[in-house]
Amino acid sequence: MTSPSGSLHLMSLSKRYGSFTAVDNVSLHIEKGEFLTLLGPSGSGKTTLLMMIAGFQDISQGDILLGGVSIAQTPAEKRNFGMVFQGYALFPHMSVHDNIAYPLSVRRRPKAEIDARVAEMLDLVRLNGFAKRLPKELSGGQQQRVALARALCFAPPVLLLDEPLGALDKKLRVEVQAQLKEIHRRVGTTFVYVTHDQEEALSMSDRIVIMQNGRIEQVGTPADLYQHPKTAFAASFLGKSNFLHRDGAVFALRPEKIDLSPEGQGIGANKASGVVLSVTYFGAVLKYQVAVPGIDPIEVDVDAWRAGQVLPEGARVDLTWADSAAVRLSDHSL
Amino acid sequence: MRLPLKSGWLLVLPFLLLVGGLFLGPILNVLWISVTDPAPGFGNYAQLGSSDTLRRILWTTLRVCVICTAFSVILGYSIAYAMVHAAGPAQSRMVGLLLISFWISVLVRTFSWLMLLGRNGVVNSGLEALGIITAPIAFMRNELGVLIGMVHYMVPYAVLPIFAAMQSIDGRVVQASRSLGGSGAQTFWRIYLPLTKPGIVAASLVVFIINLGFYVIPAVLGGGKVLMVAEYISVQVLITLQWGTAAMLAAILLFGVLALMFLMSRFMKLSTVFGGART
Repeated sequence: MTSPSGSLHLMSLSKRYGSFTAVDNVSLHIEKGEFLTLLGPSGSGKTTLLMMIAGFQDISQGDILLGGVSIAQTPAEKRNFGMVFQGYALFPHMSVHDNIAYPLSVRRRPKAEIDARVAEMLDLVRLNGFAKRLPKELSGGQQQRVALARALCFAPPVLLLDEPLGALDKKLRVEVQAQLKEIHRRVGTTFVYVTHDQEEALSMSDRIVIMQNGRIEQVGTPADLYQHPKTAFAASFLGKSNFLHRDGAVFALRPEKIDLSPEGQGIGANKASGVVLSVTYFGAVLKYQVAVPGIDPIEVDVDAWRAGQVLPEGARVDLTWADSAAVRLSDHSL
Repeated sequence: MRLPLKSGWLLVLPFLLLVGGLFLGPILNVLWISVTDPAPGFGNYAQLGSSDTLRRILWTTLRVCVICTAFSVILGYSIAYAMVHAAGPAQSRMVGLLLISFWISVLVRTFSWLMLLGRNGVVNSGLEALGIITAPIAFMRNELGVLIGMVHYMVPYAVLPIFAAMQSIDGRVVQASRSLGGSGAQTFWRIYLPLTKPGIVAASLVVFIINLGFYVIPAVLGGGKVLMVAEYISVQVLITLQWGTAAMLAAILLFGVLALMFLMSRFMKLSTVFGGART
């Protein structure tokens, strides 16, 4: 049951509804075994793109190759992709065991094999002992794990996940992120993950695809995208950025890469002076808003434990940063 | 504002009196007549064991009701399925048509069938004119006629609960089945159909119970050959004046319906069947 190949080629994929283009000429190569995240705000086309890969949306233009073979005309049930849905979409009338067994049972596998595999999957998602429960008797996090076990049960070459953590509370979400990453490492399946949550994207992905208006904005590793955003949208959607206009170009400057010191004490390659507009305490960091004449207020993050004294509102300060801290953007339209 | 329990009962008291006086009262009266007329005792009920006529009538009623329920629910299921999957405006039109069919009198519908399918009806004379048949087909004045009329009348009743059950299904569950490798047929039999079961049960129950009391359709389309309980009761009341027998048959119908609902409640919560909140 091991899959021959889990590499996906999306070739100039487009999806149009009348005059509206939901997915616009998207080309992407997804490596076998990769954890790839499609990140974007709602309406960016990320879910539509996932549904096209899954086979639930037909393709207006372009092609999808799985291991080099076109699957554009293959119906969803023949693509052999596991899928975890937003809201999980567990079968409410079936026990946890029968839910997980479903993909094997529709493939008419022998019962002994099914039972062994279901036990293995329950073990993987740490739900031993829950086999006889109905979905409604489980917590949200447990339902989410059943959905994951069900989608992985038939060892699909590719697993598609559509905002699977959206319904969980924040604390649980962080926990499940770690579990998901661990499961990905253990099963080695290609994961294509859709989310609008930048923290999820940063913490789990091998690569992130930032999408906006149906197009790919930028592709890269989390560190790559965070350190070297190419567009203003990428720089502001993944983390926060200040935008500086210099020499006819626009630069993105992360709030934590700026040093803040009392007026006259700042030393650095680049320097600006201003007045503290506000300061907010967040435990780990202090967030300053600094008014600098002639430009938008600058946001500065300072490690709270490092800051000797909190500079109050109205204090005159120097802002300094290294040359490498400011990233020149190629496209500065938001 | 929440009222204390006692004053709450006070508010529904007029309604309770109305139901008690106009609904429970007559029913109790019928039960009373069934054991007192013409003589006190269970003589009326004993007829069930002795009278072939009564047993034949009950059997006919049961047979017609079961067949009609089966056809109504199967047809209703298909219509509900088409309605659920129709696009917005088309769906509204279909719901509208369905509701209109509730407003057409059963008499009008029944006589329409006679005009369509009777010996000299449109269908028979058409087929004869075309030379396809030489003698008219007996659609009406037999059990087939009764079934056609009853199924036609009952299909809208079957559609509504099934439609409601189908609407409450999360479309992603169906997608999930497909994405996990389930074919269209597998998805239907193993996911879709079980999830619509409460609707099917509700539809069957509603259709069957209404069928039990059908009077006009068997009387007109059966042409006196398909004698069902309701028609027989009316004969007893209006013509032969055997009120005891009539009351007994009515009581049997009542107990039959109650027993049916009790059986159903053993298998599933009636509140889910009748569209109550799912827990």
